[in-house]
Amino acid sequence: MFKIVKYSFYDVLRSRWMSLYFLFFFVSTFALLYFSSDLTKSIASLMNIILTIIPLISTVFGVMYYYNSREFIDLLLCQPIKRSSVFLGQYLGLSLSLVISFVLGTAIPFGVYGLFVSDAVWNFSILLLSGVVLSFIFVGFAFFISMLNEDKIKGFGIAILVWLYLAVIYDGFLLLFFVSFNDYPLENAAIGLTLLNPIDLARVMTLLKLDVSALMGYTGAVFNLFFGTTKGMLFSFLSLLIWVIFPIFGFLRLAKRKDF
Amino acid sequence: MVEIKNIDKSFGKLNVLQGLNVTIGKGKAVAILGPNGSGKTTLIKCILGLVIPNKGSITVNGENIHANWNYRNYIGYLPQIARFPENLSVKELFLMIQDLRQQKVNYDYLVNQFNLSPFLTKPLRSLSGGTRQKVNMVMALMFNPEIYIFDEPTVGLDPISCVRFKELVQSQKNLGKTVLITTHILSEVEELADEIIFLLDGKIYYQGSPIELMSKYEETHLERAIAKMLETYELKLITS
Repeated sequence: MFKIVKYSFYDVLRSRWMSLYFLFFFVSTFALLYFSSDLTKSIASLMNIILTIIPLISTVFGVMYYYNSREFIDLLLCQPIKRSSVFLGQYLGLSLSLVISFVLGTAIPFGVYGLFVSDAVWNFSILLLSGVVLSFIFVGFAFFISMLNEDKIKGFGIAILVWLYLAVIYDGFLLLFFVSFNDYPLENAAIGLTLLNPIDLARVMTLLKLDVSALMGYTGAVFNLFFGTTKGMLFSFLSLLIWVIFPIFGFLRLAKRKDF
Repeated sequence: MVEIKNIDKSFGKLNVLQGLNVTIGKGKAVAILGPNGSGKTTLIKCILGLVIPNKGSITVNGENIHANWNYRNYIGYLPQIARFPENLSVKELFLMIQDLRQQKVNYDYLVNQFNLSPFLTKPLRSLSGGTRQKVNMVMALMFNPEIYIFDEPTVGLDPISCVRFKELVQSQKNLGKTVLITTHILSEVEELADEIIFLLDGKIYYQGSPIELMSKYEETHLERAIAKMLETYELKLITS
């Protein structure tokens, strides 16, 4: 499997898109650090970029990569290699190259500003962690969706809809729900509903660390109240890990039964 | 040795293979024939584990292939359509496959046989259809497997490479290798195959040697014999 990871990894890194992805984070992190004097604020702004862009790009890259490497997959499946290794290898190869572009793109500007020796380093690490976990989750979703749909356009459409739903629409529904039922105690429901959306979980985890109560929103505040900062972060991180495993299991199960 | 026992495969409502039983003995060269859509490629893909049958079992050299991948070490496969990672060069592709299979082999002989040396450093996307097919052939042949599976091998090949390919197959046959071939070119069948399996609508309609088939229908050409066989099949369909 590690050989397949290696080949997919180099294959993706060689593409122009991956350099653009790196440059995007590099430029935006530099800009945010340059224009803002308040470090917590720039980390919070960076968080908002990460929470939208990483799921979107991971989804799009995941779908594109799966459909584009059908030839490679066909070739590998005829070789004496386990099916699950083929797909897990491709998944890890792509996810790792996305993660490396993102981590380098944000960490280099931070390093240049000498922030690794300041107190902000922990806040920043949590931000990086959210980005990394979200990359793995959404590449997994993308693989699952594209494996389910032979039709490229359909797979692409569904993947984008899933992203739109989790990144934008879900929060709207949540707000609507809270407003409609605000006569009732909603704390448990708020926690439950946040667990169902990995992007919200990542947001809560980062904001708990940043400790910006103004940005936490209702769900963040509930998490803080219920678990306290450390436990809340641990709880959201563990839930995110479950979100990583979930799509991987999904696409490996599909791969087992699929005809090629 | 490939044993196929009672396999069924359907895609949705389409039954592609229905209760198929085939045994291909060691050292035999078997041609799988049949009209388009009769299930030839599906049968081959079942043996390779690319398509999973709904029912039945397949063993290769005594190993059940279900949830097994090790048996593919015995097989050299030439797919119908050559599909490669387009960004790699021919040489990179060969080295990658060797690395993945963890087998170092010398493919210079095969590269010379098919005149591929000028293309070794070219990216695969720039190659013509025939050249891609030659690359495909080198990949199928280079690991010196016990069983060869060729799916329409000579489509798009120039006559010289065709002859080279047939010579190579013949020499492998003489070494006691098992060969499974699907084709529409019947002269190839006459030259290479000891046995014909004729598929119609996912079932075996005829199994036996080409000579037996020709004598059965009193024809001197395999092509005519098969045409006659199909005519009688259609007549039966109409009358029943």
